[in-house]
Amino acid sequence: MSDPDQPRADSPSPLWEVFVRARRGLSHTHVGSLHAPDAELALRNARDLYTRRQEGVSLWVVPAAAITASSPDEKDAFFDPAADKVYRHPTFYEVPDGVAHL
Amino acid sequence: MYGNDFAGDDTPGGGLLGEVEAAEADLREAAARKRQEPAGEPGTDLSAYFTGVIEADQKIEPRDWMPEAYRRTLIRQIAQHAHSEIIGMQPEGNWISRAPSLKRKAILLAKVQDEAGHGLYLYAAAETLGITRDELVDLLLAGRQKYSSIFNYPTLTWADVGAIGWLVDGAAIVNQVPLCRCSYGPYARAMIRVCKEESFHQRQGYEILHTLSHGTPAQRAMAQDAIDRWWYPSLAMFGPPDSDSTHSEQSMAWKIKRFSNDELRQRFVDMCVQQAELLGVRIPDPDLRWNAERQAYDYTQPDYDELMRVIKGNGPCNRQRMAHRRQAHADGAWVREAATAYAAKRAEKKETVVA
Repeated sequence: MSDPDQPRADSPSPLWEVFVRARRGLSHTHVGSLHAPDAELALRNARDLYTRRQEGVSLWVVPAAAITASSPDEKDAFFDPAADKVYRHPTFYEVPDGVAHL
Repeated sequence: MYGNDFAGDDTPGGGLLGEVEAAEADLREAAARKRQEPAGEPGTDLSAYFTGVIEADQKIEPRDWMPEAYRRTLIRQIAQHAHSEIIGMQPEGNWISRAPSLKRKAILLAKVQDEAGHGLYLYAAAETLGITRDELVDLLLAGRQKYSSIFNYPTLTWADVGAIGWLVDGAAIVNQVPLCRCSYGPYARAMIRVCKEESFHQRQGYEILHTLSHGTPAQRAMAQDAIDRWWYPSLAMFGPPDSDSTHSEQSMAWKIKRFSNDELRQRFVDMCVQQAELLGVRIPDPDLRWNAERQAYDYTQPDYDELMRVIKGNGPCNRQRMAHRRQAHADGAWVREAATAYAAKRAEKKETVVA
């Protein structure tokens, strides 16, 4: 993945991020990036580059410059609100012995 | 055992693919582990954070802070690696039109296409460090960044294609499997992909040599001749001996590199001996013998003066390889221009329709 903070839209062959759905029932997963002048060629290049061995049944290509990312590094206060809410997890709760289907 | 994965052992979890899968599993496990947060406000001590991530065997990602030297080292290494894949298409491409059967031709085509793919995965990984593809291509074409010196040797016979698969790809795999655990996320992920594909390359080379070495006397001689010429250059692929290696120590501390040049070279030699026996070929080293004390083979070092000469541009094919690459890049210019013009025209049409 390239740095979305540095879009290179001015390049004649901009950068695209590639996502592959490996099998039906799975979500698309980021696999890498490539250069192509337009979306159609980006798809074809992605097929040749990332699915030579039947790695996928569906492809997404997204202009890298179109991605908005959460923060300049992967770990700032942006995610803090989730840090102190253990009660959002089922493991937080005590279940009396013998209760079924809970 | 590294790369020693084709002596009838096809069980998952064994051999090279097992190593790659283990690296992949460790990557997930390390990501889930809690890390010791540096003291003080989060985000204030970037350097301590960086060191903490590396020490926890987690991955540095593109938008994390990193020391400038770490970034530069990675760009240099990943770019060199990418260039090697691209230039590496030439010696094998040389035999596509003359492969001895349609099956061999189709396989070789797929392999050379894979090399291009590996180059592109790696260029994409390098670009996450803030250098552009155009800059990387220019650096190669201007001769300011290197590629592996092994590709400056010629492929004189069909057996050379086998020797490249067995020895050159074999050595590359021994070098690359530890890179699946490199501390830089995009590089580690690219290497996992590359290594999974490389194991086919090494096997196809071994199969070519196996067929030749069980063929006519002329075919056997051809296989032996190829191994005689490729053995020492393959040993030299691991770089200068540890005593002369300039980049090693810092790269080890950053977990870019995991084993020293000499350790990897030894691993490669130990792996090849049994494979050569099964092929029925001779490794061209009269001093190659088992050392029970070290539990490893003693072997003759490659000619490092020759390695330096080739790196400096004076190998048998350096000029030819670069001239060919420049020509191919120039010949492709009209395709790039046409694709760009077409994309611009279509974008313009779309705008007119919207307006």
